[in-house]
Amino acid sequence: MLDNTNTKVQLEGKVRIPSGCAISGIFAQDGELFSGRDIITSIAVMHDRSNGLGGGFAGYGIYPKHKDKYAIHMFYDSEDDRGKAERRINKYFSYVLSEQIPTQKHPNIKDAPLIYRYFAEPLTEQLEKAQIDEREYVARFALRVNADEDELKGAHVISCGKNMGIFKANGFPEDVGEFYKLDEYKGYCWTAHGRYPTNTPGWWGGAHPFGLLDYSVVHNGEISSYDANRRYLEMFGYTCSLQTDTEAITYIVDYLNRKQGLELEDVAKVMAAPFWSTIERMDEKEKAAYTFLRRRYGNLLVTGPFSIMLGFTGGLMVLGDRLKLRSMVCGHQQNKFYAASEECAIRAICPEIQGIHSPRSGEAVIVRLEENK
Amino acid sequence: MDLYVYPEFEVVRNEKKCICCQACSRQCANLVHSYDEATDCMEADDSKCVNCHRCVTLCPTKALKIVKSDHTFRPNANWSQATINELYLQANSGGVLLSSMGNPQPHPSYFDRLLLNASQVTNPSIDPLREPMETKVFLGRKTPVPPLEANNTTAVPEPYNPDGTLKTEMSPQIELSMPLMFSAMSYGSISYNAHASLARAATQLGICYNTGEGGLHKDFYQYGPNTIVQVASGRFGIHADYLDAGAAVEIKMGQGAKPGIGGHLPGKKNVGQVAQTRMTPEGSDAISPAPHHDIYSIEDLRQLVYSLKEATGNRKPIIVKIAAVHNVAAIASGIARSGADIIAIDGFRGGTGAAPTRIRDNVGIPIELALACVDARLRDEGIRDDVSLVVGGSIRSSADWIKAIALGADACYIATGALMALGCHLCRSCHTALCNWGIATQRPDLVKRLNPEIGTQHLVNLVHAWQHELKEVMGGMGINSVEALRGNRLMLRAVGMTKEEMNMLGVKMAGESA
Repeated sequence: MLDNTNTKVQLEGKVRIPSGCAISGIFAQDGELFSGRDIITSIAVMHDRSNGLGGGFAGYGIYPKHKDKYAIHMFYDSEDDRGKAERRINKYFSYVLSEQIPTQKHPNIKDAPLIYRYFAEPLTEQLEKAQIDEREYVARFALRVNADEDELKGAHVISCGKNMGIFKANGFPEDVGEFYKLDEYKGYCWTAHGRYPTNTPGWWGGAHPFGLLDYSVVHNGEISSYDANRRYLEMFGYTCSLQTDTEAITYIVDYLNRKQGLELEDVAKVMAAPFWSTIERMDEKEKAAYTFLRRRYGNLLVTGPFSIMLGFTGGLMVLGDRLKLRSMVCGHQQNKFYAASEECAIRAICPEIQGIHSPRSGEAVIVRLEENK
Repeated sequence: MDLYVYPEFEVVRNEKKCICCQACSRQCANLVHSYDEATDCMEADDSKCVNCHRCVTLCPTKALKIVKSDHTFRPNANWSQATINELYLQANSGGVLLSSMGNPQPHPSYFDRLLLNASQVTNPSIDPLREPMETKVFLGRKTPVPPLEANNTTAVPEPYNPDGTLKTEMSPQIELSMPLMFSAMSYGSISYNAHASLARAATQLGICYNTGEGGLHKDFYQYGPNTIVQVASGRFGIHADYLDAGAAVEIKMGQGAKPGIGGHLPGKKNVGQVAQTRMTPEGSDAISPAPHHDIYSIEDLRQLVYSLKEATGNRKPIIVKIAAVHNVAAIASGIARSGADIIAIDGFRGGTGAAPTRIRDNVGIPIELALACVDARLRDEGIRDDVSLVVGGSIRSSADWIKAIALGADACYIATGALMALGCHLCRSCHTALCNWGIATQRPDLVKRLNPEIGTQHLVNLVHAWQHELKEVMGGMGINSVEALRGNRLMLRAVGMTKEEMNMLGVKMAGESA
């Protein structure tokens, strides 16, 4: 099986690789489950925004049969790595099903690792022993496996949320979608990412989306605050093992939303905070809230260009940086919300869409399932 | 007979240009210049010259210059001229050598071997002339204070009120328009006019100055919101109104120029309103004890921190200032857990009005290393958010300032640079109390040479210039708010350092990719 350790170029995580990107997302607000075909069609239009060195998808609502179990997607470099990692998984989880994720041969997708998924739940005894809540338990498991440079070097948790999954590979995103046969899945939310890294060993784990629990992030940009954010996050047990912006952004969301209990609306205000001069002009109540968020969480302000889509259970958030240095458009048509780096990616699947617009710099657009409202 | 020490400097007068106006002799408090009526010539006593450039600057015909004497001992790589002369001085006096204004020794500067990053292609630089570029910072504890009755201090408090609004209460903090402050210099060590200039400039700039340990002159209470009041081991000039006057209270445990010893104001500077402000007998030496005699350990510090919080109604952040010494990271960690809101660290190159030469030149460690290891240690312990870090001890330019922030400082203190903006020429003779520039003196005729209006303007100019430079560099990095620069060590690269040095600073070698 593929073993990347022989390549001269350093793997992602050993070296920080800037990249440009294309992103697209579709969200059915009424919870309609639709096939992954549309998202493949959409991201394919922006072919030129990727360079074939990474593509991926996140789908939500795709595992209705096992919706109460954590769907753990794994990459393994070898059977040996799988053995080691499964021993670790067995130590902490029981699972109802473990299987290879179905793929089909594709001429443009090469060097595939072993790709597995497990529908798992924490072992009660272990969970009680750890004295932490279930989500923290799963998150710690994923973070530790991914940061393990030793025994589990050849194993990576790709996603670990409930009723969702991340599918990514080295290649153009449309090819990746075909490779994973995403048209055979049905979900209420899909996001996609095509990558344009400036230097990469072509490692599958380095492709996006990046996920932790049910959060998945696709991101276009290169954030200048990376190391300030990373060093802050590492205080709270996050290891930025991939050294990518996307990873840091995912952890920022996880820290603020899950651990600190901030609403996503407020998470967005921390990450893409308005300028002080804007805050000055707000009414007293708003000013107090925004000022507090900047003072309290200034270390998680994200600067430099980014536009991201954050998938989470029951919703999708679109957010751009405070200067709007990366494109992002969105619009509604019937029951669906669309967002993408370029309008063409939306028109390709929904030609009749009206009222496509660009969210303002730092403006979070959050859509949720109607049942959750 | 005393061992003779040849003057270090020679006064060179261009006789063709000199018009014998005697301005030099009127300006020199060291009495170097004199007029000889018999010959109708100006004369100079080189032995008294401290090379402060007052006469050079004010000579109307620019007839003067000061040169380093080329008089020499037999060259000796082991025994430098300065070492020999200092030995003679001590053989003569039996005393400790005194000097001022920071460490002049050629110790390595890590700032000079750190280089900054800029954006190219993959992300855009930001133009500070066209886009907002934010430098505002808040200093103080950022995390909520755990309630005293809480057993589990790691529990995260609910961020929202029952009505759904955010809980916005925070520990008291200092708001600064940029991460820079004027460091502690007492009224007494420097003049009324120097303090007036610092106070007014800090107010105009939206930053803070620091009273030092000499109390606060009643005229300057009006600048309270931009003042940090200091509590040092001598407790000079401290009373309830004083503590309440400032934006924050600083406990001075040590300073970079003289770690391990206290402040020392000679009796000839402790006169008039200086003595009154200090609440000390006029003319007496105002000597602060080396330690705080109520602080022999970290738990004692905690008591003083909380006493000061109570005395100020929990409305002021408490700063604890220490000198950068060998064990600085562990000490800082202890301070962070003592309830202090801000830790100020002063590096061994830092200046002062008077310090024993041997201590100034040999005790302590460079601020770059102290900052890097304290920042890293507080992060390792997960308590970096409980305190802000302010560093000083030779921040000479905006480049040093920017690098310090990227290493992890929340703000920097400057003092030597501020005095230079007021006219200081770094003659390092503050301890003689004869400052010809009206800064480090209490002689009224000298003090009045420093015009506070002009002094204020020069300080404002200097800091604005640095702020512009900070914005330019941040913009180049694609950063538009200074909190995204703080601790952003990927923006730094090292040249000419060993692996250990780079590890200690947490930076990569120039040429290494991120």
